[in-house]
Amino acid sequence: MSEQHITLPEGSIERQTQTLNLGPTHPATHGVFQNILEIDGERIVSSESTVGYIHRAFEKIAERRPYYQITPLTDRLNYCSAPINNMGWHMTVERLLGIKTPKRVDYLRIIIMELARITDHLICNGVVGVDSGAFTGFLYLMKYRELVYEIYEEVCGSRLTTNIGRVGGFERNFTPAAFEKIERFLKEYPVALTEFETLMNRNRIFMERTQGVGPITAERAMNYGFTGPNLRAAGVDYDVRVAQPYCSYEDFEFNIPVGTTGDCYDRFLVRNAEMWESLSIIRQAMDKLKDLPSDVFHADVPAYYLPEKSAVYTKMEALIYHFKIIMGESDILPGELYNPIEGANGELGFYLISDGGRSPYRLHFRRPCFIYYQAYGELIKDAMLSDAVICMSSLNLIAGELDA
Amino acid sequence: MSLTNDYIKQRLTEKFGESISQVEESFGMMSFTAPKDLNLKVMQFLYDEEELQFRFLTDLTAVHYPNRAGEELAVVYHLYNFKERVRLRFKVYTSIEDTRVFTATRLYESANWMERETYDFFGVNFVGHPNLKRILNVDEMTYFPMRKEFPLEDQTRTDKDDEMFGRGGQIGI
Repeated sequence: MSEQHITLPEGSIERQTQTLNLGPTHPATHGVFQNILEIDGERIVSSESTVGYIHRAFEKIAERRPYYQITPLTDRLNYCSAPINNMGWHMTVERLLGIKTPKRVDYLRIIIMELARITDHLICNGVVGVDSGAFTGFLYLMKYRELVYEIYEEVCGSRLTTNIGRVGGFERNFTPAAFEKIERFLKEYPVALTEFETLMNRNRIFMERTQGVGPITAERAMNYGFTGPNLRAAGVDYDVRVAQPYCSYEDFEFNIPVGTTGDCYDRFLVRNAEMWESLSIIRQAMDKLKDLPSDVFHADVPAYYLPEKSAVYTKMEALIYHFKIIMGESDILPGELYNPIEGANGELGFYLISDGGRSPYRLHFRRPCFIYYQAYGELIKDAMLSDAVICMSSLNLIAGELDA
Repeated sequence: MSLTNDYIKQRLTEKFGESISQVEESFGMMSFTAPKDLNLKVMQFLYDEEELQFRFLTDLTAVHYPNRAGEELAVVYHLYNFKERVRLRFKVYTSIEDTRVFTATRLYESANWMERETYDFFGVNFVGHPNLKRILNVDEMTYFPMRKEFPLEDQTRTDKDDEMFGRGGQIGI
């Protein structure tokens, strides 16, 4: 604010800022984190973020857990797209062990990961709408998250924290019902997404509320460690799926949508565009699956792939390997690796040090939103209080991932 | 892709000579160690050089090796070059008695919270950090929980009679 030039009478309050606690449990923060805002009227003078309210010491717990028991921990990082975390972890272990997965497993994984990306983006963009006063879009899209959760349910049995897949592949083959549900989603979701875009993209009120709010330059975004849609909205075409392809992403044709100003509106548009790209990737994967044998759903690595339960009851080998894996007698190779994957809100990295033991010597999760949330104070400086709320939701902060 | 690990290694040894040690390549990523007083100089060099341009700090964390006398804590930096799509791992070791390491916050804004997290869990004292205080744990905590001297409970222990949680007791699992 500019300096006041009016001479006030002696003893009057010249300027007063007040402190406002946004969070830790505030409906607008969509998670448990606190922002202590110093506000001058409606304008934010400075802010301080406090995180750690739901810290659960996953990295410490992981040092005691065998590898297959770490998958449920990764569920609870970014729980809006848990399958991406699960598969990221499985692929990290596979890379450490040198397991090569069959193409069909890769494509099935890609289908699930892209579905997860869509659900994550639709929640985020829906919530940006809610925070700017448009509840309708959120309700339109929420139904389709339900459809995706039904697909997860068909594949692995659970919905939100999925614990999907195993080291080496999937726990069971996709049923025809699962494919039917994916086809149904592919048919119905584009209609809803088009409707959502018609509702929001050129909506005057929405544009006024989001354009120029919380902008960041590409230079600052990189310096702040932004990744994922938030970095791409600032104009940097960095996507781990393309930069360092994993899980056969190199077989697919897709674009990386980028923005220019890095404001809330650009982030919104980038996420919408990415949902279209994800749909196209899923369609390509479904086509590719037609040419592959339909009974392959895991790599042939009996020493690491947890066998099917029915086989454990009836087959000697399966029983032996089941015990070896559960009792932690399968040899894990010593090694050190950093495995990045493109999570729904940025680069999710697993830094794994194995000393050959039953559980990791050290496991560190590079959680994208923990790193880019630092910039929040800079993004909302001199903004209005209501802009701070939109800015927070458009960054796609997930408290579970923030605190690990 | 023109920037190879061999080239990075060559440039680093030209500039820093014997200080660069433990150069190795695992899973396609080059990893090396430098003395802790040089950490900023090495990072600045990697940041500024026209051909190197490691301008993105992907990750910063620490690892505790209780058996390595004098270098118990390793601070690990993962750097990334956007243009050439090359990753690099860089470590500095510090003793657990004197955990002072220079901060990277002047170079990378993203180091701020990552260093606070590393301090919070390992007690690495980042010299020059603008706001070095605990971030995920409570402020009143007096120890650094990710160090190896604080083991989690052994899941296979048998001395504890705790039927409710499936350990020990009559079943004897």
